[in-house]
Amino acid sequence: MAEATPPKIELRGIGKSFPLGHGQVRPVLDDIAFSARPGEFVAVIGPSGCGKSTMFNIMAGLETASSGEVLVDGDVVTGQHEHFAYMPQKDLLFPWRSILENTSLGLEVAGETKKTARARAASLFAAFGLSGFEDAHPFELSGGMRQRAALLRTVVQGRDVLLLDEPFGALDSLTRTDMQSWLQGVWSQNAWTAVLITHDIREAIYLADRVVVLSARPASVRLNLTIDLPRPRELSMTTSAEFAGYERTLLATLHEETLSPRGP
Amino acid sequence: MKNSITVKRATAPRTTALSALAPPAAILTALVITWQVAVTAGGVQPAILPSPQRILQQGWEARTTIWDNTLPTLQETFLGFAVSLTVAWTLAILIDFSPWLRRALVPLLVASQAIPIIAIAPLMIIWFGFGMLPKVIVIALVTFFPVTVGLIDGFNRTDRDAINLLRSMGANRWKQFVYVRLPSALPSFFTALRIGIAYAVTGAIFAEYVGAERGLGIYMAVMKNSFRTDLVLAAVAVTAFVSVCLFLLTYVAERAIIPWHSKERRSWHG
Ligand SMILES: Nc1ncnc2c1ncn2[C@@H]1O[C@H](COP(=O)(O)OP(=O)(O)OP(=O)(O)O)[C@@H](O)[C@H]1O
Ligand SMILES: [Mg+2]
Repeated sequence: MAEATPPKIELRGIGKSFPLGHGQVRPVLDDIAFSARPGEFVAVIGPSGCGKSTMFNIMAGLETASSGEVLVDGDVVTGQHEHFAYMPQKDLLFPWRSILENTSLGLEVAGETKKTARARAASLFAAFGLSGFEDAHPFELSGGMRQRAALLRTVVQGRDVLLLDEPFGALDSLTRTDMQSWLQGVWSQNAWTAVLITHDIREAIYLADRVVVLSARPASVRLNLTIDLPRPRELSMTTSAEFAGYERTLLATLHEETLSPRGP
Repeated sequence: MKNSITVKRATAPRTTALSALAPPAAILTALVITWQVAVTAGGVQPAILPSPQRILQQGWEARTTIWDNTLPTLQETFLGFAVSLTVAWTLAILIDFSPWLRRALVPLLVASQAIPIIAIAPLMIIWFGFGMLPKVIVIALVTFFPVTVGLIDGFNRTDRDAINLLRSMGANRWKQFVYVRLPSALPSFFTALRIGIAYAVTGAIFAEYVGAERGLGIYMAVMKNSFRTDLVLAAVAVTAFVSVCLFLLTYVAERAIIPWHSKERRSWHG
């Protein structure tokens, strides 16, 4: 904390073990440490089941860490929820609420009046490609639109940091590519600090300023790779030599990890 | 873009009331005709098994008496079911909020279903007389259990991730309940409501059968004692009709209260 401006978020030595009963424990996270500058987009990749969602749950205050701390703007906020807006792996749009009511849910829960909450959410509908679907119900939307609605519900809360857990994991590759370039666009117009979990190495390089690679369970940070590609990013960049270089590095690190699983 | 939605809705397969009613009506008609033919051809005595035609004829002649006895039964059913719903919601919400109450009450609820109503109902007459009260108690007793269990189960079936999403938004236990657990439970509530309402009418008839001033149950008992099998069966037909109407009413209520549920289901199948 000797620096002039502390990082927007910092994870210090986060560890987590789940009790399995009979005195046994399953270590899932082991000394996770990384940080993100204000407005930085950090992607996190790691082998399946290594503990990425668990790390998010700890940051969002849904799960207690066994050790370590979470800092926002230099202050310890471990266990607090109000700094992070969480977009879970499933879109979790509620069938009993219209899209507008779904997207304004976070503000309503935070105590805003229905009217203000809905007006705030409605003002983002155009940017999220959802105009005209305010009164539609979730089952009437395509997969890509549902993810955009879920993301709108996340960002409208106006929290310091966005936690996006595989937002595009369930989409077909064409829709996913569309969503990635769309997200790249809206992100560059807003100063969101975001952490994105993904299984898609190309998605990580294309969207992020930095890619954090986690090891197999119990997870620790294997690689913290800065992506030095100019912004705004074009889809054409994904075929550049630099892009391919990053891809090779990440693939090699990840490959080592998936081949050497540890722990119970 | 709105257009494509409208089109999809219009072309989604929809069961009309007619196509839903036709198959059961056909089978019922076939049964009634068989019955009529068997009784007429076999020369069965009306006091033992009257023909459907006779039941209809005699029932129609006794229509004012039957109607006078139907009203109190309906009243008891509604009152008893209202009490049952109040008890069920109260218990289910208490249990949902308090793990201690869950551990304390659930075994007692299960035990309450072991009470043999057939033995208790006559005692109710001794304790509470021939009026409304014992009927309401019997109806509540036989219907609150399925509704309570349906609700408890519905609350519990809420997606854990949905609860976590609400927690990440800063929702306390009460807000989690209002925003997610309650709406998630409504579909199973309506299923439970249908089971409950089916028991409610039978419960009312049974409670009256052991002793009442008026009502379809006591009417059946009196007619049986005077060997008017035809009027007993006419009253049975009215009871069945009332049950079916109440059952259909739950669908109307469901559509009104949780319209999203049937729409969502239709969009999966369509
Ligand atoms: N409550 C729990 N009790 C015991 N083990 C748990 C619990 N929650 C998660 N785990 C275990 O922790 C490990 C990490 O789970 P987590 O969901 O964080 O992985 P992930 O990296 O997000 O996986 P995926 O890539 O499939 O989304 C898994 O092996 C899981 O079984
Ligand atoms: Mg996960």
